[in-house]
Formats: sequence, structure tokens, C-alpha cells
Amino acid sequence: MTTTTQAPGVPPVAASRKLTYVKAFNEGLAQAMREDENVFVAGEDVAGYGGVFRMFDNLLDEFGPRRMIDTPISEAALVGLGVGAAARGLRPVVDLMFMDFIGVCLDQIVNQAAKMKYMFGGAVSVPLTITTASGAGLGAAAQHSQSLEAWLAHVPGLKVVMPCDAYTAKGLTVSAIRDDNPVVVMLNKVLLGSPGEVPEEIYGIPLGRAHTARQGSDVTVIALGRMVGEALAAADELAAEGVQIEVIDPRTVQPLDTETMFASVRRTNRVLVVHEAVTFGGLGAEIAAQIQDAVFDHLDAPVLRIGAPFSPVPFSPVLEKAYVPDRARIAQGCRRLLERS
Amino acid sequence: MAQRASTASKKSAQVSTQVIRDLHERMVRIRLFETEAGKLMEAGKLPGFLHLYVGQEAVAAGVMAALRDDDQITSTHRGHGHAVAKGVGFREMYAELYGRVTGACLGRGGSMHINDLARGMLGANGIVGAGVPIAVGAAFAARYKGEDSVAVTFFGDGATNIGAFHEGANMAAILGLPVIFVCENNGYAEFTPQSRHMLLTDVADRAAAYGMPSVIVDGMDAVAVHRAAAEAVARARSGAGPMMIEAKTYRYFDHQGVKGLRHPYRSDEEVAEWKARDPIDLIEARAVADGAATRAELDGVWRRTRDEIAEAVAYAEASPLPEPADLLLNVYSG
Repeated sequence: MTTTTQAPGVPPVAASRKLTYVKAFNEGLAQAMREDENVFVAGEDVAGYGGVFRMFDNLLDEFGPRRMIDTPISEAALVGLGVGAAARGLRPVVDLMFMDFIGVCLDQIVNQAAKMKYMFGGAVSVPLTITTASGAGLGAAAQHSQSLEAWLAHVPGLKVVMPCDAYTAKGLTVSAIRDDNPVVVMLNKVLLGSPGEVPEEIYGIPLGRAHTARQGSDVTVIALGRMVGEALAAADELAAEGVQIEVIDPRTVQPLDTETMFASVRRTNRVLVVHEAVTFGGLGAEIAAQIQDAVFDHLDAPVLRIGAPFSPVPFSPVLEKAYVPDRARIAQGCRRLLERS
Repeated sequence: MAQRASTASKKSAQVSTQVIRDLHERMVRIRLFETEAGKLMEAGKLPGFLHLYVGQEAVAAGVMAALRDDDQITSTHRGHGHAVAKGVGFREMYAELYGRVTGACLGRGGSMHINDLARGMLGANGIVGAGVPIAVGAAFAARYKGEDSVAVTFFGDGATNIGAFHEGANMAAILGLPVIFVCENNGYAEFTPQSRHMLLTDVADRAAAYGMPSVIVDGMDAVAVHRAAAEAVARARSGAGPMMIEAKTYRYFDHQGVKGLRHPYRSDEEVAEWKARDPIDLIEARAVADGAATRAELDGVWRRTRDEIAEAVAYAEASPLPEPADLLLNVYSG
């Protein structure tokens, strides 16, 4: 972990131990399964193979085929299986492999999982966790690289989390499974092998609470998912120029902790929002609108957004690199904000 | 076609007096609930849409009489009949149609989302075919927990053209889950006749593609439906996996509402032909012929049910509306 403060409600780390992002996820899932007999995992290649991203390695050995279920390639039936099982008191974890595949099961996510509790007058809960890998950077092209959090965050009844490192990958996964609502856990493909300090014991990170990943006084950078690491790197670069950047990681984009953002804006008076997803209609637009609505008088410059251009994710590495925001663009954005005032 | 069960052709096998009376009462309850709802809609008292089940009663009654309270069902947008037959109360159903806070969904769901988890009614559904995989999940949960309950998913002929149906059928088959797939084939996907939305004559043929046995029954004959359902339920409960029942049936009203369409999509002769084999008339004739009930006893069921409906409608009309301040209730748990 970089200059982080301890998450609320989390015991201090006794000894430093590093795990990769994907192993941290795997450990959190295994511990949640040990904690609650009602947790099971279903998905394509999750059991026998351990998941195409090794997310589910060794779980079949420990939990057996009753709790680790390989399914046909049938995303609609897979999410529906989760909805029906959750409504009957289980805590399903269903894996959609690549986030792009939600297109084939959006009805079950949007019209069934998200709305069931409300439509049924509160008579049911849907404690369903959907895991999936999002993001560009592997040369996987336009159907295996998207960040579609804005689609899901727009739907009342869903929760959406975007872990930025190994520590949050474990803690947010545990909280998603313990939560009584449908939660989509968006793991980032590029981060899978990134190591970080991770406590050995089971812990949850509260959903809907942002984390101040770095404190600073000059510009607030609100960064989603993998962009947190890029923003921290940009902050290091700018620190050498005497500029202090505050980096806020919402961790959960639905519900969104706007209070932490507003408090930061009151201190820094300048905001940059950065996400990997396409800028148009992205979370940056929502965050910018809420900030101008709530703390307009504290702004010394218009809220700036950085995201992907309005294009499918390209294949060729040179194009893909130009497509995804990075530390240089974030640093440049901060400089622009400082020049405005 | 492999594995087509032969029960369909067995006409009028012995069935107990108790079963006949049970089927009759469930059908009368549906018929009267629905015709009253239609009148209320026509009188402008109900908001939203109303998809009436009248004509198809034998299917809901026949299947539900083979189930226990802890067996789960998922239903369609034409779901009132399934809810009534599963035992959901008239009061909470009418109150929901009126959008009252005393309704089955606290006025948040309306006609297409009536549910009652205590009675295994996992909800009607506004999305065609969407309940299929959810029933598969309910059956999965039963097996996971070591219970012997089963799940039944109801869907129409039109729903079998949607992906969720095929995915759900294959998923149930490959996982060997206790799910009964009940196709209520009323010949129309909304307003499009079956001949124009699939090349098959029998939806049951689709089950063979998933290695699932199937049976075709006369969906106007509650006894025939019940016998097929009882076999499928016993089979699923014993761990032998899913099965499909196709019931050939008919809806008397339009796809939605109670008034005729500007552009008729079916002939008066066709409607009359089906109505001549009305499922309630059929079972009443049989009940009297078999000595299962007297005419006076059957009339008593109608009378008692009418009284119950009048009371339930009065209850719904007297019930309070939801508070706008509570708009956000139950968006999330916790």
C-alpha cells in the first residue's frame, strides 16, 4: 500500500505480508466460504480449471463440487441461478469472467436481481455477488476490455465495487458476499498480478465509503479502480514540482460516498475525476455534477474529467496505450486546473 | 423425439373425489378473481396493465394441486392464476392491483410482480422467460440445503423463443435439478399466432434438445394436467431431474385488458370452439357424473368464493395508499 490511511473498522496489520491482487481476492472468497456455508460459486471454468484468471484456484479442492459449480456458457441462466438461489437464502457468487459478457445477461442483473426486493415489497433479499474482470491493457480488444461501471451504477438496487489494489480486492469481496444486496465486484485485469500488503485474517471494507489514498492541499483527484494507482504515481511526479495532490478512491461507485469528496473539494478547491471508462456518460459526469451542485462556491476552476475517448477499446498496443488514461495525462490535467486560477 | 412420456393419452384415469373438488375450487377461485379484476379495470379503478388468465385455469389448478407450500414457482406476466392457485390471498392481491400499501408488494409491484414467499410464489414477472432461470436457482437452493422441495416455472409458447428459456432448460438438465417446466401453450405470443413464431407444432419437442423428458396434455382438462404434474413432481422430488409439461390451452380475453382489439387477430369461431371446452364446465360435468360433488355443492363453491371476493375488494378499496415519503423503501436491504 502506498500512503494510505487505515480503513475504518479494519484491525491494524500485525505483520507485513504481500499477496497479489488475484490471490487476495481468492483468499477473501475462501475465507467467506469458510465463514458461511451458504456461500457457493458458480460460473464457467471456475471449478475444475480454477478460472481463466486463476481467481478460483484451489477452491474446488477445499470446498468440493457441491460449492464450486462449473456451468455451461449461459450467462443469463447463470445470473438467474444466482437470483433464484439468493431469494431462497443462499449467498451465491457467480462469475462472469469478462465484464463485456454482461450484455448477454443484463435482464437478469437489471430487471431481476436489482429490482426483486423493491418490486416484491421488501419480502425478499438478493444477496448475490457477481464477480467479473474489467478494463483494458491486455490487448484483448473491444469485446474483452471494457469498464462498464456506469451502466450498472445507474440501476437502483445494485451495488458496484472497483478494487484498486490487493488489500481492497480482498476486503471489498468479503463485504460484497456478506452484503444482503446484489453487488458487482469489478476486478481489474491489469492489476491481477500486482502485489500488496494484505492482512491474513478475514476483513471487510465498508461498502459506500471512500478512502483518501493520499492527502494533499492543491488538487483533489477522484480516481476509479486502476486509475487510483496512476493518480498516486502522478501525485509523486507533481510533488517534485511542489504540488500536493489529494487522491480519493471511492472504492464503491454505487453507493457513492460524495461527502468525502465534497470535504476534500472544500480543502483543495480543484477537482479532477479520472476513470478508465469512456468519458461520455461516465461516472465522471455524475461526480462533476454532484460537486458543482453541492460545493460550487468552493471551486476555483471547473471540474475536469479524464476518461477514454468515445471509441471501442482498440487492439493494437500503441492505440490501446493512447486510449487508456495514465499518470502523465492525470498530471497534465492537474497542471491545467492549477493554471485556471 | 426421445423420452416423450405416454401419460398424455391416458384419458380419465381414476382420480379421487378430493382431488376433483380441490381442482374445481382452485379454478373457480381463479375465474372469479380474474373476472372481477377485469370489471374493476373496465370501470377505470385499476392503474397499469392487466393480463387475464381466464381460460387457462386448468393448468394452474392442475399443477398447484400437486405441490406443497414449500415448493417454489416462478410465473409470467399472466400470473394471477398461478398466485391464486398457490394460495396467495385475495386481499393482498386486490390491494396490489389497486396500488395500496396493504398489497402483496406494498403497492410497488402491481399485477406483474405479485409474490408470496411463504407460499412459494417467487413472483410473476414482467419479462418474458425471465422466471425460467430463477426457478432453476430456487431448485438449486433446495438441493444445496438438502431439502426435497421442487421448483416449477410457468411460461408461454412465446417465451420458448427467448434465450433465458433455453439456457435455463439446459442448466437444469445438466445440473440434474428438480425443476418442472410448464409451458402454457395458448397459441399466441401476445398477438402473434404460434404458426408465425415457431415452426414446431409442439413446444414439448424443445425439451428433447436438452435431454429432458416431456409430456403433452390437454390444458383444458385439469385432471389430465394434474396427473402429468404429479408424475413430474414425484420424479423431480426423487432426484431424477427436470421434466417439461406442455399444456395446450387458451386465453379468453386479449393479451392485455378486457376489451376487444381494433384489429382482431383471431376469429370468433376459434374463441367459441375453445370456450365450448371450458375447463370449469368440464370438471363440473365430471364431478357430477363421478359423484364427486352435487350441483348444489359446486354452486356453493361459487357462492362462497364470490362472497370472499366482494370482501377482499372492499378491503382493497378501504386500504390506504402508500406514503410518497416512503418512495425509497426497500430499494436496498439493510
